[in-house]
Amino acid sequence: MSTNAAIDLALDRVDWRDLAAQTEEQPRVYTPGEVLMPEAGFMRGHGTFVEDENIKSSVAGVIQKVNKLISVRPLKSRYVGEIGDVVVARVSEVQQKRWRVDTNSRLDSILLLSSVNLPGGELRRRSAEDEQMMRRYLDEGDLISAEVQNIFEEGSLSLYTRSLKYGKLSQGILVKVFPALVKRRKMHFHNLPCGASVILGNNGYIWISPTKGQEEEGGEGGFAQNLNEHVPRADREVIARLRNSILALAKCKLMIYDTSIQYAYEESLRYEAHELLQQNAIYDIGQQTQGRLRDADE
Amino acid sequence: MAYVALSEAEKTYILHGVEDDFRCDGRSRRDYRPMDLETGLVSNASGSARLRLANTDILVGVKTEIDVPNPLTPEFGKLEFFVDCSANATPEFEGRGGSDLAQELILSLQNAYESPLAFNYRTLCLIPGQQCWKLYIDILILECGGNLHDAVSLAAKAALFNTKLPRVTATMLDAGITDLIISDNPYDCTRIGIETVPLLVTVCKIGDYVLVDPSAEEEVCSTVSMVVSVSMRNGQAFLSGTHLTGGGAMHRDTMRNCLELGLAIGEHLDRLLTKMLNLEQQRVGLKRPQIVGFLK
Repeated sequence: MSTNAAIDLALDRVDWRDLAAQTEEQPRVYTPGEVLMPEAGFMRGHGTFVEDENIKSSVAGVIQKVNKLISVRPLKSRYVGEIGDVVVARVSEVQQKRWRVDTNSRLDSILLLSSVNLPGGELRRRSAEDEQMMRRYLDEGDLISAEVQNIFEEGSLSLYTRSLKYGKLSQGILVKVFPALVKRRKMHFHNLPCGASVILGNNGYIWISPTKGQEEEGGEGGFAQNLNEHVPRADREVIARLRNSILALAKCKLMIYDTSIQYAYEESLRYEAHELLQQNAIYDIGQQTQGRLRDADE
Repeated sequence: MAYVALSEAEKTYILHGVEDDFRCDGRSRRDYRPMDLETGLVSNASGSARLRLANTDILVGVKTEIDVPNPLTPEFGKLEFFVDCSANATPEFEGRGGSDLAQELILSLQNAYESPLAFNYRTLCLIPGQQCWKLYIDILILECGGNLHDAVSLAAKAALFNTKLPRVTATMLDAGITDLIISDNPYDCTRIGIETVPLLVTVCKIGDYVLVDPSAEEEVCSTVSMVVSVSMRNGQAFLSGTHLTGGGAMHRDTMRNCLELGLAIGEHLDRLLTKMLNLEQQRVGLKRPQIVGFLK
């Protein structure tokens, strides 16, 4: 058995700005405190404030104009939820009639006992027994996929899992990226042709798991976990490769959606799965994927 | 240690991965994640290094001072470690939150550097019994991504390699008092030999197997890990200390496995680090033209 270890010198560090330089149109990035435009005739939106009769940016990001509304979309931020978003979340606390879950937003989100599918029939009243059994369904640390049902006034989210496609997640890997990198699409659940499924949470949490058979899907109201099942080595290799490809895309600041993941995965096949952690491989994959995405657009 | 929440299913997945010798990121049980190293980036320290091991980010600065040697060891210099867990790494380190972890790291470093065979304290001696160098090794943890011990020891060794002690000459005055004259030329300096300086290798036990370089998630799955400190002497790896972290206990056979694996890995890492440090020095030269630093 051999050991693989590599120490790179900072002198040889890859300059990630080179990748961005290859796109033709580079958006202007505003820094906090920078003057966007005079206040007269415009309305200030998110990420801006008014000082000395000028609208200034309060975050680092790109400007967005909708008619007279000026807002700045930050490059890095916590997840700002919207109703209908698919999210991957982790239960952080079990409370009375509800779970407190972490969705990478500024405030913890809420999953009410009444917004989950309980085993044994969809339409039934939540009894006191159900309340005592809550920890059986979802315990601290458990991962779920869910949809944003409502946004409370202070900005925290209320989730629901009352559909068979949502629920508790079983074996697999969670990858965290910036929420802004996950492209909003109709579909966020994908069974990729390479043999694994991904859930692209709008909150930047991405779940990669082996593809399940048809009959298993969604049984037991989404609370079953296959703890005794041993994921075969071939599936593991695909999942590890996908994980590293997605992280490579995130490192190169490329948008993450089914096509880009598929391209990155195909480009990654030239490397061994563990080589994908090295910066040169990441850069190469980013560059190739960017090129293929551009070709596909044209 | 920074707490990472994991569900049972994720733990099972990691555990089975370790059994298959194919971890979540595609590494085998003996593989390290790629590291990124720079030395001499803090201009107002005598020596410094920054090491990034995936998401673990360590900055080490070495400060020098002239002190009086301990009467029990008149020919030895002094070393002092200090670890600061920045609240940037995780909010749990805010206030006194990181002090337990810092203390553990300091103790394991002190333990590893304790033997005069592991670190040649005589090189820090100026006038036996009267004056010696005291090195303050200040370690700053900027980000926690698992495997802190290894990263900290690698960075400390790199910083010691980079440390430049000003050349000191002693003149005898009346009544046996000596006076030290420190050279005015900033490039007239001596270096510290680092061949024997120990490295820490964390060998982590997950399930029935042992592995190195655990990620933060893997650390959660492990019941016990052994930190093995490895010192190289004449091309051979020697053990200069061990300690166990985590709540669990170890079987004798597992312990032997851990030590063997730790020694083998430590030897490999030491060679790699020395090679890269020499390479960097060759390419940069004594007067550093520019610092890469944190950006880019």
